[in-house]
Amino acid sequence: MTGIRAEQVSVDLGGRLVVHDVDLEVPTGELLALVGPNGAGKSTLLAAISGERQPSSGRVLIGERATHEYASLELARMRSMLTQDNAVSFPFLVSDVVEMGRSPWARTPDRERDAEAISQATTRTDITHLLERRFTELSGGEKARVSLARVLAQDTPIVLLDEPTAALDLRHQEDVLRIARELAAEGRTVVVVLHDLSLAGAYADRVALLEDGRMRALGTPVEVLTEQLVSEVYAVDVEVLVRDGRPLIIPKRPGIPGH
Amino acid sequence: MSRLVHLARRRTILGISLALLLVAAVLVSAVVGQFSVSASEVVGSLLQAIGIPNSWAPDDPTAEAALWVIRFPRIVMAMAVGAALAVAGAVMQAIFGNPLAEPGVVGVSSGAALGAALAIVTGLLAYGEWTIAVLAFAGGLAATLLVYGVSRANGRTEVVTLLLTGIAVNAFGGAGLAFLLFMAGTASREQIVFWQLGSLSGSLWREALLVLVVAAIGTVIAVALGRRYDILALGERNARHLGIDVERLRFWSIVLVALLTGAAVAFVGIIAFVGLVIPHLMRMIIGPSHRALLISSAFGGALLIVVADLLSRTLVPGAELPIGLLTSLIGGPFFFILLWRQRRASGGWA
Repeated sequence: MTGIRAEQVSVDLGGRLVVHDVDLEVPTGELLALVGPNGAGKSTLLAAISGERQPSSGRVLIGERATHEYASLELARMRSMLTQDNAVSFPFLVSDVVEMGRSPWARTPDRERDAEAISQATTRTDITHLLERRFTELSGGEKARVSLARVLAQDTPIVLLDEPTAALDLRHQEDVLRIARELAAEGRTVVVVLHDLSLAGAYADRVALLEDGRMRALGTPVEVLTEQLVSEVYAVDVEVLVRDGRPLIIPKRPGIPGH
Repeated sequence: MSRLVHLARRRTILGISLALLLVAAVLVSAVVGQFSVSASEVVGSLLQAIGIPNSWAPDDPTAEAALWVIRFPRIVMAMAVGAALAVAGAVMQAIFGNPLAEPGVVGVSSGAALGAALAIVTGLLAYGEWTIAVLAFAGGLAATLLVYGVSRANGRTEVVTLLLTGIAVNAFGGAGLAFLLFMAGTASREQIVFWQLGSLSGSLWREALLVLVVAAIGTVIAVALGRRYDILALGERNARHLGIDVERLRFWSIVLVALLTGAAVAFVGIIAFVGLVIPHLMRMIIGPSHRALLISSAFGGALLIVVADLLSRTLVPGAELPIGLLTSLIGGPFFFILLWRQRRASGGWA
């Protein structure tokens, strides 16, 4: 299995440094949560880690090699990525969409794992009852889960998830993070961009807090998600309760009108 | 898995129906015309041509000539043009991620027609009759690249942008054609008008066979890329994360569209909406998977143009309607319905 190492990564988008000198190492078997306010550069950093966007300086290593040294198909067998774009242009069946996740393995011996990987992915994401529906007819949350199933079916040592819980209800949010934990326990490297800090605190091995494109803090949830740091970076007063060694982040809400 | 079984059955039924209808349409098309030939004579003549002697073949050399000099090349041309345009439409929809993309609507056809007209007016034709085909291809390619460059944002093409770009490209192509009409002598002028309306009359064997070869090769290439087009439906980024070289796929697909459209337009003029109507109907019947979609679109397009050509030369006795007029007559309202449904689905002109 394979880890990720970002060395001094900067990403320039239209003349603006969106990610600035970020160093980050994610070892095999770890679940890392990437958090930070809107516009902090989380998705851009994830795109750089995935090899989709080349850093303007620095480099990202996947295993022993830099991302730009991989052919695109090789990379697709190393890492899978869930983007925030869940649209499908034509009314494909859900089963077709999940099967597309196996396409990097076509014409390799691993294609024999197709059926197994697909059934595992659909069971995990709780979409077996949707397989014969058309993707375009699904609700937002169902689409998100089918897209996650497609990413899981790709069956790669590195799994990158960009806001996988955005459209999901409470139960499925928990499910997704539980799946992410299981993936890490299987020895995969998992990076998840999250907005819900309590969710990040509850499931992640480590949390990386980005602010204005820079790495502000990196460590275990209780180390990073402190009252002082979160209040400062997010510019809102919060209270942090630590329960079972996991932080719960609650915004202070003084004087809500009508209370 | 009932829906999957259902889909497989639909595919088989569609394949058989298309084949039967195409054979029937070809036979009727060969029989009907100013010079009367019977169906058994058509079959006999065809059998004789592949070396099977039989008593059905026409004795009259005029009937033989009517079939082999006039009707058969025209039918082959109709099938080849229909297949080329329908496949071009399906490929275009795949790379634009939008079911409304079509060579005629977005201006590829008018770019190709402009190229062809340029060849006629400037006298480049003197360097060989293939200059029309080459310039039609160049014009079609330029128009496709232009539409592609202008109308895409974040890897997808919104309907409004696509249609507005189409209007602009069509307007420019129309202006270019009008200018060439203004410049041209009477003979060239007639030839250009022919291009704008579309017609299969006077198709020659060598032209028909060229378009047939291009259509066949183009369809095979498109089908080979079919799996990648499926994945492209996930959006550009997701396709890239699945190891597809999106830029290369897009570029070669555009060349393919220009080649198919250019070959068709060079010899029969602008026949619009085939690339819109046929892939859409096929998608409704057998679903969006591109390999089956492209193959059935090729046959569906061939069938449509053979029938449309038959209608164009029989609807008005003693005269021939332009075929482009017929396809637009059907395609226009169809396009409107598609547009209306897509607007309802997305809750606005997105």
